[in-house]
Amino acid sequence: MLVRVNVNGEWREADVWPGASLLSMLRDELGLRGTKNACEQGECGSCSVWLDGELVCSCLVLAAQADGRHVETVESLASEGGLHPVQQAFLDAGAVQCGFCTPGLVVAASDLLRREPEPPDEVIREALSGNLCRCTGYQKILDAVHLASGRMRDGAV
Amino acid sequence: MEVLRPSSLREALEMRAAHPEALPIAGGTDVMVELNFGRRRPETILDVSRLPELQVIRREGGTIFLGAGVPYTWIMRELPDQVALAQASRTVGSPQIRNRGTVGGNLGTASPAGDALPVLAAYEAEVLLASVTGTRRLSWRDFLRGPKRNALAPDELIVGVEWNVPQGPGSFSKIGTRNAMVIAIASVCLQVDETTRGLRVALGSVGPTILRAPEAEAFGAGVLDEAGAWADPRATVPQDAVMRFGELTAAAARPIDDVRGTAAYRRHGCAVLASRALTWALADRRAVAG
Repeated sequence: MLVRVNVNGEWREADVWPGASLLSMLRDELGLRGTKNACEQGECGSCSVWLDGELVCSCLVLAAQADGRHVETVESLASEGGLHPVQQAFLDAGAVQCGFCTPGLVVAASDLLRREPEPPDEVIREALSGNLCRCTGYQKILDAVHLASGRMRDGAV
Repeated sequence: MEVLRPSSLREALEMRAAHPEALPIAGGTDVMVELNFGRRRPETILDVSRLPELQVIRREGGTIFLGAGVPYTWIMRELPDQVALAQASRTVGSPQIRNRGTVGGNLGTASPAGDALPVLAAYEAEVLLASVTGTRRLSWRDFLRGPKRNALAPDELIVGVEWNVPQGPGSFSKIGTRNAMVIAIASVCLQVDETTRGLRVALGSVGPTILRAPEAEAFGAGVLDEAGAWADPRATVPQDAVMRFGELTAAAARPIDDVRGTAAYRRHGCAVLASRALTWALADRRAVAG
């Protein structure tokens, strides 16, 4: 079936299997492979995107449900001027090991900082509770969120 | 496979009547897992995520109507005064899941581990169902028929739930291996009803469906009565009675051993959660009394 989604500001169309997830449409049809496919059951958060501004697991959204809606993926974050402050902070804080969970965590962390610019540790932990890092580098991820938060508030980036 | 995408409840009910085999999908947090893993291949999927009638919360007099399509994140934001429900909503999955998952989904899946369900049982909520031929209301008890079984007819959709706002403190707590992303091993909702001087206790994940604990409810209400605590929340309720309340709650559980925990652990968990819940409720009542 034909599904039309506004992805990162541009209307994109794809002919998908009616049972396909938004994740599958993004990766397999639209070639946006920043959004990762891991558990396909909402456990790991690797496929996190924004659907009409809400953080969701794209594996749990039927592509047809996203028809006519706005999706933002991790690819929307960096601009020509450089990385998004959250991405830069993940690099600087060493919050990346194998890197597979990173796009989902960057999206979830950015979602948090949109809503709460200066979150304390416990708020960060809860906001990132739907994202798994199996290299278990969580402490540096927390450091990265604090770093990004500080820089974004200072307007240093 | 075909996806039907109605934009009003009326249109959805007509489609449902024409395609009784259609699998409804709202937040997708259960249905998509089945599709992704090839466990289900429905001929027809009915997307109910765009029905405005299901996405409302209405307060009318002393009752609240909660649309079946309202995600848990909204419930936390819009119904913070429904403390037990807001607490249960916060324990659902993760932020991503709470942005999508709905109470209608908990009812549709009818898993005994659905976090909102013990709260609906303690609220004595009614489930509102609709079809092209009309609407009906069922008590939570009549709707939830067993493990993953409910009373939804093939031509019906779940419109929402309604309950009389209870006067008194309430709480929801659950046991799992971590705070986030867990399916409850055991859960307890306690709601105090100051109007009738009663307690309502509901259990999740410890039986084929949601269970109430009538003996514990009667015992607990009696203990408050004997202590004079209904009239004076500052009156002392004996600790051994609080522990006994927990034991009686556990006695109402009908748990099994499974991958998440043993029956014995679940029973013990019920006792601990129920005693704690009563302790919190008594503290909340004292705080209100000043």
